[in-house]
Amino acid sequence: MIPHSALFNKAKDRKFVADPAQAPTEDYHDIVDQLEREGEWEVHRVPEPYMEEKNKYGRVKKIPVETTWHHKSCGQCGHIPGYSTAVFWINRKLGLDYNDPTDQTSCTAWNYYASATSNAAAQAAVAMRNFAAAEETGYYPIIHCATSFGHYKETRQQLIHSPELRRQVKAIMAKLGKKLVMPEEVVHYSEWVHVMRDRIAEHQVVDMSGLRATIHPACHYHKLIGEDAVYAPEVYGAQRSAIITSLLRTLGLDVRDYSTWFDCCGFGFRHILVSRDFSRSFAVQRKIEVMKEEADPDVLITHDTGCVTTLDQSQFAAKAHDRNVGLPVMSDSQLAALAMGAHPYKVLQLHWHSTNHRPLLEKLGIDHEKAWAEFEESAEEIRSGKKEYLTWEECDV
Amino acid sequence: MSGKPQAAPGTLDLSGRQYAHVDYDEKERLLEEVKQDLRFDEYLYGCYECGICVAACPSARFYDFSPRKIAQTMAREDADLFYVFLNDSVWDCSQCFSCDVCPRKNSPGGIITLMREVAVKNGLASAAEALEGYGRVVYKIMSTGTQVSPDMLQANAFPDWGPHVKDIAENLDVWRRAIPPETMHTTETSWQVDSKTITELYLIWHMTGVMDMIKEVDEGLFMILQDVMEEKLEDEGYDLSFD
Repeated sequence: MIPHSALFNKAKDRKFVADPAQAPTEDYHDIVDQLEREGEWEVHRVPEPYMEEKNKYGRVKKIPVETTWHHKSCGQCGHIPGYSTAVFWINRKLGLDYNDPTDQTSCTAWNYYASATSNAAAQAAVAMRNFAAAEETGYYPIIHCATSFGHYKETRQQLIHSPELRRQVKAIMAKLGKKLVMPEEVVHYSEWVHVMRDRIAEHQVVDMSGLRATIHPACHYHKLIGEDAVYAPEVYGAQRSAIITSLLRTLGLDVRDYSTWFDCCGFGFRHILVSRDFSRSFAVQRKIEVMKEEADPDVLITHDTGCVTTLDQSQFAAKAHDRNVGLPVMSDSQLAALAMGAHPYKVLQLHWHSTNHRPLLEKLGIDHEKAWAEFEESAEEIRSGKKEYLTWEECDV
Repeated sequence: MSGKPQAAPGTLDLSGRQYAHVDYDEKERLLEEVKQDLRFDEYLYGCYECGICVAACPSARFYDFSPRKIAQTMAREDADLFYVFLNDSVWDCSQCFSCDVCPRKNSPGGIITLMREVAVKNGLASAAEALEGYGRVVYKIMSTGTQVSPDMLQANAFPDWGPHVKDIAENLDVWRRAIPPETMHTTETSWQVDSKTITELYLIWHMTGVMDMIKEVDEGLFMILQDVMEEKLEDEGYDLSFD
C-alpha cells in the first residue's frame, strides 16, 4: 500500500543528504591508512593548506591549494596545449607554488583502454612510479586528465584489495630504486579549480554574466570509482558532481541543463584514433545538437582531455551534413583563465581548437583580431630567431 | 550448413556458427583466463537483466552491442557465446564505464577490458585486426612515455577535424615554442620526459610481460620496440634478463 504521505512528497521537495555512515562502499581512506600502519606502503599526505570538500557519499576529501606536482595529460599537452597552460597560468596569477615535472610519464591509460596492450601490474607500476616521483620532489600530485584520475582510482582500488599485486609492484619499484607511495587523495585538477573558484572570481576582469553555458562531466571523473568525486548540495542537490558548474556560477555564467548530460562524449579511446565515424556521430547527435536545441548555449565547458577533443573536433565534418553544430568548446581551466584576463592565444592557445570561438570572444568584448596579431608578432619573433620561446612574462604573469 | 539465415550486415551473429571450428576446450580456456584475473570478482556479481547498462552505453546506440549480454554470458560461463563476444564485439566498447551505473555493482566495461587483454595476450586474429592502424600509437606511448604527440597532427591523418590541423602542422615548431610552459616546447612528445624516466618505463614494460603481449599481437611492432628499448637499457647498464 502506498503511504498517504507519498502522495504529497514531490520530487522537487525531496532533499538528498549524503551520510557517510550509510555509504554503500568502504572508505578508501581507512584502508590506505591501515596498509601504511602495516608497512605495505607510505602515504603521501595532502600538504597544508588544503580545502575540505565532500565526495558522493559525504566523506571528506582534501584538495591541496599549492605545492602541487602537475601530472600532465598526453592529449592536453599534445593537441590542446592551452588547457594545461591555463592551469599553470592560474597558479602563477594567484602566486601559488607548483612543480611542472619532466620526471613524469603518461598514465598510459588512453592506450590501455584503446588497445589492452598492457595489464594490471604494468598499469599499477606506471602509476606508482609517477606517485613516487612526485613524493621525491616534496610536491603533491594533481592529475590533469580525467582518464588518468579515474584509472589511478581504479589502480588504488586494485592495490588495496590485492596483496599479490602490491607485492609485484613493490618488487618493481625496488628494482627502480623507488618506494611504494600511495597519495592520501587522488586529486583531479578540476577539483582544485572548484575549491579555488572564489579566489579566481576575485581576479575576474571579464564580465561573463549573461553568457549561456552547458557543461559535460567527464565519464572517467564521475563514473569510474564514482564515489570519489566532489559533490555539493548547492549543485543539483548533490545528485551530480559539483565541479565546473560551481565555477561557472561563481563567475556569473548561466549554466543550462540538457537531457543527455549523463551521456559520454563519444571519445571511445580507440574510436577517436581509428574509428572516428562513431565518435563524430555520437558527439554531434547525442551531445552538441541536444545542447543547442534544448539550452542554446554560447559555450560548452568540460574538464577532460578526451571530452574537449571529441566535442570540439567532431563538429567540423558535421557542418558538411548541415548538422546543428558550431558550439565552441573549452576546459574549465581555460574559461577561468579567460575570466581572469588571460590572453586567448598566448595562454588559452585557441588556435589549436577547431570550432569557431570568435563570436564567443566578441560577446565577451574581447578583440580577437588584436589578440591574434599580438600572438603572430610573438610567433614571428620566434620564427626569425629574435627570441627562442614565448615566456610567462609576456603572458602577464 | 544450417538452413538458418546469416546475420544481417552490421548485426552481431550470436549463433556461434562462425566459430564452430574452434575447439570448445580452447573457448573454455580463454574464458577461464578472464575469470582468473584478479579484478574479475569485483567486476561481476550477477545480473538483474534490467538493461540500465545498455541504456547508458554509447556503443549500444551505434553498434549491435550489449554490455548486458556480455555480463550475462560471463555469469553463465557460456564459452561459445563468450568466444563470439571476444572476437566480434568487445572492440566496439567505448570504455567510458557509463555501464558502472549498474545497480548490481557490475562493471561490464571492466569485464570487457579483461576480455580484450586476453584477446591480445593470446594473439587472436580479431585483436590484431582491431588494432590495425593503431600500432603507431602503441609505439609512441611505449617508447616515449607520452601518447599523442603534436607531430601526429597532420592534415592527412585528421582531415575531418578542420583546416586548423594543416595550420598547426605547417607552424608546428614555432607554435610549440609559443607555449609558455617550458616542458611543452616539444614536437615529438607531448611534454619533455627525462631520459631516466624513460628507462624506468622500459623496465616496467619488460618486468610486467607487456612486451610479450605485443609480440603476440604484432610481431613487427615488437621487434621495433625491442630494438629501441634494448639499446637504451644496455646503454644504461641493465641486464635484460629480469628474472
